[in-house]
Order: sequence, then structure tokens, then C-alpha cells
Amino acid sequence: MFLVWCILLLNNQAKNSYEAILHDISGQASKEIQCDQNFCLFATPTRFYFMDRPPFRRANKLGLPVRQIYVSSSLWKKNLAAAGPQKFTQEFIDKQVEEFEVGKRHLANMMEEDPETFTQEDIDRSIAYLFPSGLFEKRARPFMKHPEEIFPKQTAIQWDAKGRPFHFLFYTGKQSYYSLLHDVYEKILAIERHQDKMRNKGLFTSDTKQILLTGSRWLLKEEIEENLVENISDQDYMRLIQLMEKLLSMPYCSLEKEFILKFRKQLEVQSSKYEIPALQYDPQGVAFSVADGRRKTAKASITLRDSGSGNITINGRNYLHYFPVLQNRVQLMFPLLFVGMMGRFDIEGSVEGSGHSAQAGALRLAISRALLSFVSEGEVEKMRQAGLLTADPRIRERKKP
Amino acid sequence: MAAGVLTGVRQVLRGPRLVSAVFSCHGQTFSSAAAAVKSPAAATDTAATEKILNFPLTQPDYFRLSELFTMKDLFEARVHLGHKKGCRHRLMGPYLFGSRLDIDIIDLEQTAEHLQRALNFTAHVAYRGGIILLVSRRRQFGHLIETTAQECGEYAHTRYWKGGLLTNASIQYSPGVRLPDLIVFFSTLNNVFQQHVGIRDAAKINIPTVGIVDSNCNPSLITYPVPGNDDTPVAMEMYCRLFKMTINRAKDKRRQMELLKGISASV
Repeated sequence: MFLVWCILLLNNQAKNSYEAILHDISGQASKEIQCDQNFCLFATPTRFYFMDRPPFRRANKLGLPVRQIYVSSSLWKKNLAAAGPQKFTQEFIDKQVEEFEVGKRHLANMMEEDPETFTQEDIDRSIAYLFPSGLFEKRARPFMKHPEEIFPKQTAIQWDAKGRPFHFLFYTGKQSYYSLLHDVYEKILAIERHQDKMRNKGLFTSDTKQILLTGSRWLLKEEIEENLVENISDQDYMRLIQLMEKLLSMPYCSLEKEFILKFRKQLEVQSSKYEIPALQYDPQGVAFSVADGRRKTAKASITLRDSGSGNITINGRNYLHYFPVLQNRVQLMFPLLFVGMMGRFDIEGSVEGSGHSAQAGALRLAISRALLSFVSEGEVEKMRQAGLLTADPRIRERKKP
Repeated sequence: MAAGVLTGVRQVLRGPRLVSAVFSCHGQTFSSAAAAVKSPAAATDTAATEKILNFPLTQPDYFRLSELFTMKDLFEARVHLGHKKGCRHRLMGPYLFGSRLDIDIIDLEQTAEHLQRALNFTAHVAYRGGIILLVSRRRQFGHLIETTAQECGEYAHTRYWKGGLLTNASIQYSPGVRLPDLIVFFSTLNNVFQQHVGIRDAAKINIPTVGIVDSNCNPSLITYPVPGNDDTPVAMEMYCRLFKMTINRAKDKRRQMELLKGISASV
């Protein structure tokens, strides 16, 4: 009897796996599958019947035969990976935005600040204060940001209630990109018409105001994809740039200046270019300048006063007392010695952090920077070449086993 | 049984379509069942809507499109000029008047008749709120056709035609997209002088097509062919103008009828 039961079970299991595969093909999560024609195409009647008995066929209310399918619970679990990126409805996002605004006001009240002028920096500061976190990974710490920065931008449903798409180029597949090409071509035609009008009036000139393109570059493909919320291929991108170049090649392209500049990105000015501190005058008419300098962990701030007699005060003490070591005092003197203005200035400085040598280095950099406002262009270049204006990048290396 | 299942599956694939006496044969059962269930006030509403939809179909030229063009206009727009004799498609023979100095001349009487039919059909589709897609792969007139589509509130596709736009719509766009109810080809050839893929796809999906067929084109799969020149700018501008005027007329007429229905219902 047990053997019979085992065989029955095995047969059942085989049936289950076969129908589980069928189940997967049809993709429906239902226990009963109507045996209509489509399905019967897959379900071939070659089945091993135990004891030559066909499976019991039940009928549903339509009179069609119905087969009971048994599937394992693992099939009920949704294949999350196949679903694609998570989609959010517009109402969900709106609700999140509302909650964010309300939460922002609560936070402002908690921190006893004005809810109207509560900026994102204030939010970050407050969250860091209320929820201090020692986690090293900054992205793992608690944050409160506007939902637009958290949820990725998605394209909304593209058609109205009757099914008519909103955009007239919807059926091309890349509506934003082709619409952009359409607009650019429209502008080219407009400029050509303008040219013809000028020619008719006899006012046509080739040397019209040109658009300045130095210091900027065309937007990259990724940046354009971000703007259009659409994927474009490399050829599409090349085509767009070609069209823009054509627009630029026309004499009267300055008419569409703002449009073209939307597609140009200003290249960053060379960063870490130090601006010469402005020369200030105190009530007595004496010129002075203020500058900062850093070395290792030492931070120094210097005030260089003109028409002095070479006194140097650091942290309220004379430099001789503050720097007993000769090497450090030489570091302080070097910038003045180099430009040859040794006895001219009065130096008042404050420094903190690190050790004596680093503090001296920080002060030296600060003095050099302060000197820039008293010195000519050529001298500035000489100072740069002497290495007086370069911040020493060396820092303490970490301990390794 | 099999036929029923197949049509059921096809309707599901196509998505929500307009129930109209022109397109499907299932309309009658649907509307009567719905009418039977609704209340008397809604029944008069349905009757008025049916009148709006069915009355124009009884008239031969309800939108008076014959006044939009004359044969002289077609001649002046050089619609009769075909390609050289060597480029002639064998199926275009019946539409040609003859050839002069090796250039095929298209018979404008036939063109006028076909154009009238095509414009009438377009007008009826626009009247019933159908989606019209204007297609052409000629780069010379792409911008013109896109502008025309914008001005009459319909859709245009003058770019590279991706393979499954019509046949694989639920994946190319999103599931539940509504496909065009009419496709108008302003030039049936693509840039390598082969028949545009859209003609074959529209025939597969049962979407009616209107097409301007030149003497080197194949008119067989097009529902309403219009033999005519598709190379000259004057001719293309004329076609665009005609189609724009028909669509706008049809839509204005529909708005007018809806307003009248609203007035009569409130009265």
C-alpha cells in the first residue's frame, strides 16, 4: 500500500512539474486554467495514467473542462528582477512632496527657526544635530531631501483619456529628441528667411555679431539624455551637434544666441587659482592686507601693515619668543627677503594647530599671499616660480601594519 | 469557436478601438446591449451620438471637399508629372495618361477622383476622432509635414521607421497604447527607393492607408492610393494644405455637431 502511495505521489509530482512548466509559459497565476483551444495546443494528451485511468475532468459553469493545477509556493513569488525599475505614480510623488514640506516646517519649529526661510542647508544641519551618526559612509547617515532628488525622474503617461498621445511626434518613439531637431531646423529656416529679407533690402553683411564660443563646450550625450529624459544613440547625438554647427555657421546666428548657449556648457575656470587679496586702508590711511595660509593641520592668518618697522607679532607674542628655533624664523623672513621689503611691514599673525615647523610654514604662505597686493605682476610671477605661493600638499601618512 | 477566440485576441492586442460601423462588425451587438441597460435619458443621448456618427456616412460629400481643389489646381501644382519611363512600376500603368519625351504623365481625372475619395475618408476619420499619422521619408519635406501635423492636431513620423512600431507597439511604447486609425503616406518610398515598411505593417495590423503614389511606386497594399507627383515642392505643399484643410474642417464640423447636440439636449 505504501509503495502504491509512493508511486502515486511520484506520478503526481511529475504531473506537477510538467504543469508547472506549462503554468510558467502561460504566465498566469491561477489555480484553474480553462482548457480552451489555445491552451490545448500546448497540452498534449500524452500522459502516463496510473492504472490506465484518465485524470478526473471537472467542468466549470461554461461547460468547458477544467484541470486542477498544483504548483509550488515558489511560483507565487513575483519575479522582482524581471519587473524592471520601480515605478511611482504621480499621486505618490505628490504625497511625498507634501509630507516633505510639512516635515520641513515641523523641523524648523523644533529647531526654533523661521519655517519660511528654512533652506536645505539648515535641514541638513538640523538632521545632523538631532540624529548624530558615527557611520563613516556619509550616504548611510540619515538625511531629509526633497522627493525630486530621491525618486528618479520618470516619463508620465503619454496620452489622454481618449488614448490620443499629447506629443505630435509620439509615434516616432523618440519624441523629445526629434522635437528638438524639428525646433533647430525651424530656427535655421527662420534665419534663412531673415537673410533673404536683408538681401532684398540690400543690408546683407557677413560680418555680423558672432556668438562667443571660447571657454565652453557642447553638452555631452549623457547631459542631453538627462535633459530630454530619453535615450539617444551616438549617431543621434552626432546629428544634433551637426545641426547646431550648421546653425552656428550662418551669418545671422546671433539671433538665436540664448537657444544655442543652452547647449553649451561653460568650462570651469582653472580652480585653485588664487585671487590676490585686496589692499585695504585703515582709518589712519595705512595700507594693509589680510591673507590665510595652511600647512599640514596648521592654519594661519596674517595682517600685513605698510609703513611699519619690521615688528612681527604672532598670537600676541613676539616672534622671537614664539619661535625659539632659527629655522622657523628664517621661514617667516624669506618672503620679505625675496621681494626686498624687509623693514617695511608690520606683521600681526594668529596661528593654531600642528607643530612649530608646520605653523611656520603656514605663516610663510600667509605672508607671501598678503604680499601679493603690494607687489608688481612680474614680482608675483617670480614669487610663484620661487615656490612661495604653492601650498605644501604633504600631509601625515596613515599608520599601516 | 476558433474564429471567435482569434478575433477576441486581436481586439485585446489592438487596445481600445472606436466602435464604428466603418471598421468592425462587432459594433451592433455591443451598442444594443449597452442601450438596453441604460436609462431613458442616456438612451436619447446615445441616439443623438449615433445620429452624429451615422448621418455623415449617408452623404456622398458631407464635408464638401470637392470645392477644395480643381483639376486645374492639380495641373498647376505639377501633380501630373511622373518619373521617366524606365522607372515605371508595372502596376501604375492604369493610372498613367501617357508619356511625353520619356516622362510619364499621370491621368489627372483619375487623380482627382482618387484624391476626392481619400480626402473624404480622411475627413470622416478625423470627424470620428481618429488618430491620423502623416508619414514620409523624404528629407526635403519632413519639416513641412511635421508642421502640417502640428497645425491640424494630428501626428507625424518623418524619421527613421523602427521595426516594430506598429507590430510590436505594446513593447515599443507602453502597454495600452492606441495605434493610429489612419496613416497618410506623402511618399510611399523610403530613402533607398524601396516601399516604406509602414505600408506593409499597416496592412498587417488592419490600419487603412492613404498614399500618394508616384509612377515608380507600388499601389497594391494602399487602401486609398492617390496617383500623383511626390517630388516637387509645389505638389507636396498642395497636398499638405489639402489634408490640413480637410482635417480641420472635419474637426470643426464635429465640434459644431457636439454643440448642437448639447443645445438640443438641454432644450
